[in-house]
Amino acid sequence: MRAAARADATVASLHLKKEKKGGFYFLRRDWQLYALLLIPLTFVLIFKYAPMSGLMLAFKDYKVARGFWGSEWVGFEVFQQLFAKSDFGRAVRNTLMLNTLDLMFSFTMPIVLALLLNEIKGVVFKRVNQTLLYLPHFLSWVIIGAIAYQLLGEGSGMINNVIEQLGGNRIPFLQNDTNWLFSYIAIGVWQSMGWGTIIYLAAISGINPELYEAATVDGAGRLRKMWNVTLPSIRVTIVTLLILSLGHVMGGSFERVFALANKATTEYTTTIPVLVYRWGIEGGNFSRATALGLFQAIIGLILVLLADRIAKKLGEDGLI
Amino acid sequence: MVEKKEKLGIFQILNYSGFALFTLLCIFPFYYLFINTISNNDLSSRGLVLFYPIDVHFTNYMDVFKLPGLGLAAFVSLSRTVIGTALTVFASAFLGYLFTKNEMWGRKFWYRFLMISMYFNAGLIPWYLTMLNLGLVNNFLAYILPAIVSPFFIILVKTFIEATPISLQESAQIDGAGYVVIFAKIILPLSMPILATIAIFAAVGQWNSFTDTLFLVTDQKLFSLQFILYRYMNEATSLAQLMKQMSGSANMDLANMATPTSIRTTVSMVVVTPILLVYPFFQRFFVKGIMIGAVKG
Repeated sequence: MRAAARADATVASLHLKKEKKGGFYFLRRDWQLYALLLIPLTFVLIFKYAPMSGLMLAFKDYKVARGFWGSEWVGFEVFQQLFAKSDFGRAVRNTLMLNTLDLMFSFTMPIVLALLLNEIKGVVFKRVNQTLLYLPHFLSWVIIGAIAYQLLGEGSGMINNVIEQLGGNRIPFLQNDTNWLFSYIAIGVWQSMGWGTIIYLAAISGINPELYEAATVDGAGRLRKMWNVTLPSIRVTIVTLLILSLGHVMGGSFERVFALANKATTEYTTTIPVLVYRWGIEGGNFSRATALGLFQAIIGLILVLLADRIAKKLGEDGLI
Repeated sequence: MVEKKEKLGIFQILNYSGFALFTLLCIFPFYYLFINTISNNDLSSRGLVLFYPIDVHFTNYMDVFKLPGLGLAAFVSLSRTVIGTALTVFASAFLGYLFTKNEMWGRKFWYRFLMISMYFNAGLIPWYLTMLNLGLVNNFLAYILPAIVSPFFIILVKTFIEATPISLQESAQIDGAGYVVIFAKIILPLSMPILATIAIFAAVGQWNSFTDTLFLVTDQKLFSLQFILYRYMNEATSLAQLMKQMSGSANMDLANMATPTSIRTTVSMVVVTPILLVYPFFQRFFVKGIMIGAVKG
């Protein structure tokens, strides 16, 4: 007991000493600087932290006339209503389906591309390729949507014009539910495949060249080296990115679905972020939309933590 | 031995041609859009312009700027890009510099305060209500203010400055320079490469931003170019009729008259051109920038 108190006192005095040398002395000397720091930190407080209090709406029956504080607390009633909605089930199904498919293709494609790019020895060819492959990443989904409809549209899309001139029938790439799903995934792969390679290429460039030399001495061919040297060396990067992207399985991009959707294909375009927008901003049902958003965030967090746990069980480093 | 060489050859040929194809896939859409905007509008709308332009003309670009709201939207997008980028870059540079100072009061706390906000957000509706309460619905400042302080950019600058020799700052300090002078005279010129990277990301982000207009703006005077493009994609037919009425019977030249296709392609091109134009210059910056972020963040 006494020892603990003494230790506390020592810590406190140490702390004070440190404080005298550092903190307050500089605080007094450079108070103008800290005043300047106050502005951006206030911004963070207002735009990032203040909205968090709004999450209370998920547990209130929000009425505009009564205001935020005047609205009644209803416990989990909003969630009960939410889970009973038929749109909710559909949105969860679509969100999981779109994002799982996206994970299968958009996540693996950059790894494959990075491995193959690494095999290209022509420096100029490689650089030109990389530069152009990164380009789609810098376009907004609205632009990509506009381009997609001009190329893949049923009525006047370029691909269909070519198919017709070759004697085939026009295919509704984007105007049929199942086809839309495939187009959505393919366009996503197109947009992200180049950009995704950057981090893997960096990881690959950090591999010890002696490993390759040893493999060559052992008689390993090109594919063998890819499989037994390159892939294991970038495994940590892959696992880390995989865990992070699992958090998006329950969410995903609002813009991507919104910009690629059209009135003819509504089966798969109701995802959770879209439903939040429709219920909240279009419909004005703030409580239910907030509850849906909160549900999405919590499931996303659980998924990341779960994936992290599993990765650790499997002997990987994990995130946390 | 001979067999092995043969195998390598086939692999390389496949690999090279595969990448050539991928690259083509990434640029052909823009080429296709472009040739359709400068070709005979009648042929273009019938889907006959596929691989090369026919009857080149540039009237489409004059015509789309007669569309209601397009000129103003271009001005709004340009303003938010310039103002937003300048403020974001300055704030990121200054904060990134401050956070390298160990003697800063409560540095760790403030830094965490900033970083946590990167991983947690309250979601769309609470954010929307906050913006509503702050009077930022239907307000140009909604495009600028929330983007000024960006934790990711601040990490980039901080990491970059920490990698530069501290002796430069120390010698300036001995000469009596304060933090502001050191920031202006030493840090700013020194960190130009990373600031260029940030400027690019911020500018592209501002130019491409669509959802903030969708969520927060109903006033037509504040529509961004992206938002206008989205609307035109869905109502180009009625716009083409409007254009026909506007030009009246004076311009009966069928070949160059505005069609839904010409409006869609030309507006898309107007929105995408700035990115395509600056892309070749900025691409050398961003890979380096993103790697600095990846190492730390």
